[in-house]
Amino acid sequence: MNAWHNIRAVAKRQLGSYFNSPVAYVFIVIFLLLAGFFTFMVGQFFERNRASLESFFMWHPWLYLFLVPAAGMGLWAEERRLGTMELLLTMPITSWQAIVGKFLAAWAFLALALLLTFPVVITVNYLGSPDNGVIFCGYVGSFLLAGAYLAISSMTSAITRSQVVSFIIAIVICLFLILAGWPPVTNLLNSWNLPPALVDTVAGMSVMPHFEGFQRGVLDVRDLVYFLSVMGFALFTTGVIIRSLRSGH
Amino acid sequence: MIQVQNLVKTFGPKRAVNGVTFSVEKGEVLGFLGPNGAGKSTTMRMITGFIPPTDGTVKVGGYDIQQSPIEAKKLIGYLPENAPAYNDMTVLSFLNFAAEIRGLRGEERKRAVNRVVEMCFLETVLYQSIDTLSKGFRHRTCFAQSIIHDPPVLVLDEPTDGLDPNQKHEVRGLIRRMGQNKAIVFSTHILEEVEAACTRAIIIDRGQIVANGTPEELKRKADGAGAVLLKLRGVFANAATPKLSALPTARKVNVVREENDLLVLRIYPREGLKDGELARSVAESAWQEKWVVEDLHTEEGRLDEVFRSITMPDTKVNA
Repeated sequence: MNAWHNIRAVAKRQLGSYFNSPVAYVFIVIFLLLAGFFTFMVGQFFERNRASLESFFMWHPWLYLFLVPAAGMGLWAEERRLGTMELLLTMPITSWQAIVGKFLAAWAFLALALLLTFPVVITVNYLGSPDNGVIFCGYVGSFLLAGAYLAISSMTSAITRSQVVSFIIAIVICLFLILAGWPPVTNLLNSWNLPPALVDTVAGMSVMPHFEGFQRGVLDVRDLVYFLSVMGFALFTTGVIIRSLRSGH
Repeated sequence: MIQVQNLVKTFGPKRAVNGVTFSVEKGEVLGFLGPNGAGKSTTMRMITGFIPPTDGTVKVGGYDIQQSPIEAKKLIGYLPENAPAYNDMTVLSFLNFAAEIRGLRGEERKRAVNRVVEMCFLETVLYQSIDTLSKGFRHRTCFAQSIIHDPPVLVLDEPTDGLDPNQKHEVRGLIRRMGQNKAIVFSTHILEEVEAACTRAIIIDRGQIVANGTPEELKRKADGAGAVLLKLRGVFANAATPKLSALPTARKVNVVREENDLLVLRIYPREGLKDGELARSVAESAWQEKWVVEDLHTEEGRLDEVFRSITMPDTKVNA
């Protein structure tokens, strides 16, 4: 259980570094404000007159598009800039333990921010009688989506010393994952006479159908596998990037 | 404890380290010397397993750093160049983190942290965050991290860089004391440090080892090693020089300085003399000639001279 011990030590330090600086608090406040704004103002929660959190969850892919890369951009870029990566990776831990530890810490931080939206659940339960199973499913989907974006941010963070560059690249990749299956994009790809198999593959990479499955209250194994494999792939790539950094530069 | 075999590292077309071989045993302090960019840090990064070598092997305590990195890394304490540390943490939480990752828990961890805090004089800054520390404290914090698990092998990349003279003295003393039961490698470009703390020194230049020996052995390689410096009053150079040149022990006599009635000469020995033989014969002839001697001593040879003549052979300075 040495591996878990190491992962926990790394995660604890990373989590501490979020809360040692005002960044964590600013992040949480902005997240909650934006979530509230989109749910009630843009999503017209009251006007819908329905006891569901549809208008709450539907904005999460877009909210996370900016906020998750902001939370993840420092994971490795900061270590590289400060030179602490040399310290961390010469300690008796493997690089995947460091990668997973950091990822879990950031994910736990995002989970905390997400859990702090609990008043909206109370509100909807006070006003009507929603299906709390569907709400729970929605939270699970949102949490997995955050994890997928975060793993991508971890990957882009390892590429560069600059947090800004990491942030922007992560947004571009996440945006691609949102738009991939969107009809206008699919139509555009079709108009280039690309083989249909390729267009389908690109469309299949989209996060949206998988995310929406959870919002309907369906816990489908395929959706779960999708999110977990995005995370697995991105974290694996993080490992490859770090390995090549160490041997190359 | 440390065996480095034919280590090579290439960055693109550049060979940063080119066939370095050496070993360090317990009780040895090895000084790693060389001009900037000679490959010191790269070698240390390969020893500590941060970057993989292009060719060659590193073994620490019998474990190959490539084959069994975790076992090898457990034995090493490492202070990287510029003493990196997590800026947002306090000194105490940073040391706790280092202890935890080294597998120290509970009471054991507390004791380890207390020990290094005391050794590195960090009591006053324990609850300060690292980015507010002065360079000296920051350096000592990172140094403390490297010895927290009392490792048998220490790799220190410029441990005294950026410290004030008192702190430098302190750290050298610490290295020397710890060197009695550890294997230590440290890099520096301050030569007095080598004499103060090392049992052995390696000079590396353009990725290759160009000298390897005790500080005394290295000093003997200096041009001026073993020469006798003679200071006379009331004697002219053209009177003293031929007399001394005629000595069977003397190879060459140089006038270092001649002003008013003071004459300073440096007499170089012939090959294969015993210690003190030249000085004795110079003293005898001074006595015979009834010269007024103000100073007479054998020069040790200076490390910086050796260093310069080895690493910059084109600009060799004749003393």
